[in-house]
Amino acid sequence: MAAEPNAIPPSNRITLPPGRDDAQRLGDTVLEAVTAAGYPKAAQFAIRLALEEAVVNAFKHGHRDLPDDVPIHVEYDVTPERVHIAVQDQGPGFDPGRVPDPTLDENLEVPSGRGLMLIRAYMTEAHHNDAGNRLEMTFEAHAEEPDDD
Amino acid sequence: MASNDSRLRITRDAGIARVEFVDRNILDEANIQAIHDEIATLIDAEETPRILISFSNVDHLSSAALGTLITINNKVRNRNGQLRLADIDPQIYEVFVITRLNKLFEIHETADDAHSSFD
Repeated sequence: MAAEPNAIPPSNRITLPPGRDDAQRLGDTVLEAVTAAGYPKAAQFAIRLALEEAVVNAFKHGHRDLPDDVPIHVEYDVTPERVHIAVQDQGPGFDPGRVPDPTLDENLEVPSGRGLMLIRAYMTEAHHNDAGNRLEMTFEAHAEEPDDD
Repeated sequence: MASNDSRLRITRDAGIARVEFVDRNILDEANIQAIHDEIATLIDAEETPRILISFSNVDHLSSAALGTLITINNKVRNRNGQLRLADIDPQIYEVFVITRLNKLFEIHETADDAHSSFD
């Protein structure tokens, strides 16, 4: 099996160490796969944003009480019909139902707490496992068709 | 504020500090912290800060960047100053709408419109 040099795999499972360079590379890799699959700019924006928010949340919140060097695991699968991304941290998890609604008037001036909300707004579907340490999100191409050709 | 490491381009016109981002992507948390620190220094240097932030070079941002903008907004208000946002790409503006932060910030379509809106 001779893979093209520099080919972007449409699916992969990655162990992502902490650090912005690795996260940036992952984001770029997934974005290239999404672009190559023909997703329009709005979808590229949405998927990139959701991935970034999920990765940040995994390290910042999921690994809050863990040593700084503990990695997370990211899986992605890109087809022209859907993009599926899973982000798994190694923390104890949390209850996503207890995250305050950042759009309430009393929370508008709170600087944090919008990541999960943005993920849910931009992805077709997003849910955590029972423990709350694995986030699965899907972007369905056809769910976002505006004016089709 | 034009050091080689600056993430911002800052110009002044009629007492209004216009801030533009050097990077098109303000997702990065380290970048965001640096941006916050630069703008905070700008605010502290003014008795009544009037800040216009132009997003003309920005095509992506994160919730952390929104948090920084909120912190900056609070800081400006605490000094009885004024903050305007402008030149926001429609996709970025949608983020403000989804989070209802378009209700918190005074956002103008163009920097010229924003500039005219200061008291």
